[in-house]
Amino acid sequence: MSEGTLLSALRDPEGVLPSGLHDGRGGPATRRFAVYRNNIAVSLREAIVTGFPTLLALLGPRNMAQLARAFVQGHPPTSPVLLTYGTELPAFLDGFAPLATLPYLADAARLDLALRRAYHAADADPIPPEALGLLSQTDLGRAVLILAPAVQVLRSNWPLHDIWRLAHQDGPPPGAQAQDLLITRAHFDPACHALSPGAAAFLQACLEGRSAAEALEQARTEAPAFDLSALLALLLAQRALCTLEIPQ
Amino acid sequence: MFDRTAPALPARPGVGFKPQHYEALMADPGPVAWLEVHAENYMGAGGRPLAQLQALAARFPVSVHGVGLSIGGEGPLEHAHLDRLRGLVDHLPAARFSEHLAWSSHGGAFLNDLLPLPYTARTLARVCAHVDQVQQALGRQMLLENPSSYLAFTESEMPETAFLGEVVQRTGCGLLLDVNNVFVSAVNLGFEPRAYIDALPLGAVGELHLGGHDSDSDDQGRPLLIDSHGAPVADPVWALLDHVLSLTGPKPLLIEWDTDVPDWPELRAEAARAALALEAVR
Repeated sequence: MSEGTLLSALRDPEGVLPSGLHDGRGGPATRRFAVYRNNIAVSLREAIVTGFPTLLALLGPRNMAQLARAFVQGHPPTSPVLLTYGTELPAFLDGFAPLATLPYLADAARLDLALRRAYHAADADPIPPEALGLLSQTDLGRAVLILAPAVQVLRSNWPLHDIWRLAHQDGPPPGAQAQDLLITRAHFDPACHALSPGAAAFLQACLEGRSAAEALEQARTEAPAFDLSALLALLLAQRALCTLEIPQ
Repeated sequence: MFDRTAPALPARPGVGFKPQHYEALMADPGPVAWLEVHAENYMGAGGRPLAQLQALAARFPVSVHGVGLSIGGEGPLEHAHLDRLRGLVDHLPAARFSEHLAWSSHGGAFLNDLLPLPYTARTLARVCAHVDQVQQALGRQMLLENPSSYLAFTESEMPETAFLGEVVQRTGCGLLLDVNNVFVSAVNLGFEPRAYIDALPLGAVGELHLGGHDSDSDDQGRPLLIDSHGAPVADPVWALLDHVLSLTGPKPLLIEWDTDVPDWPELRAEAARAALALEAVR
């Protein structure tokens, strides 16, 4: 019997039992086959449910299980490393009719993925806080700020930080403002911060390898009142700044 | 051919490491003398999982147990995954590497379960080629674990014990003998568990596993045991362990508890019971 034959029957909840299987004594193996089918379905659903804690908190266990069931059916993992499983869930949610009335869920899923990536990201030593102060203004402008591997920026059309706080910490009801987010990992636990206007543009420019002066220009284009020193203080406190590369 | 300088697993109790036990385990390991980890959970780039593993490996021999290679599969082994495994076992360095007689991937999809294969000349050649490839890639001997089975294939040409014996003989790999799996398969498929044990090349056993199972029933109302790793080790499995140990002498003996994981003292108590079973044959 080929794996393909077995697999189609295993992945189809209504699938017919392939012939050539028995219970060890020549009897039918229907319930026995169902054990494997159930193991696959339950373990993959469980991986999605535990991998998206914000979605779980927003949807509740029953709805989350339904979503996971629908997702895993068409999206089995493509790697045995399940730490990365579910990267297609945000796009899947964008097209998932039963939850279309909650359009912010896709961004909540993106946030869960970003926090999970941060948790497993490579370790990196931060620069000492005084290193910035030792640079001349000219050198600071030319420097490329290299951020820790865990650092990510998420731009959302929704009050995503408020939504995240509400889901996990019983925060106040979300406001009406769209929020950009910064994900950091000072030690082992990822954290999520709301960014002030312009900060996401600055950080994205840094992540693209642009100099601090260029990044500042992009930030001020978006938000003329952008406050660089407040953002730098946040990055230092979160151990998010690894290197200042100054081109010779 | 194989590197034998890595730290050896002692013939004492070990447990499958769970992150929630980290502090309690470090503070009071009790009889636990070594640990096993699932390789795929430590394939991130950094962070807490790898930091904890590093600290554990500094104190205990660590056996790396793969659950994703699909050694019994039709398709080729994934090179990238072999590279990740090599990185992990070299980095620690691992005292042992083990994997399953099962398949879990097909056509680029990973199913996250250990699926059964028929035992034929063709599947034997395939499994041997894959075990050879793993041992070459890792530069060390691997242990192959006997599966827990819920069904059998009409096309099988030989018993599982003969299949495992041939793989051991042709590849030089060792056996990871999961005593609970033998019991689960014996009840499910209707064979005599002691006869199964006696038919294995027991000289090749490098590690023993014990775990808990759940009970269900099949279409005919016969008992169907599920290898859940979510309960204490059952009494008949402890009895079967005594039979194994009477033949093998003391071996590294692991307690696996992966679902409904208890607090540390309960798992440590299972390890203490394993220590008594080992003492009885010293």
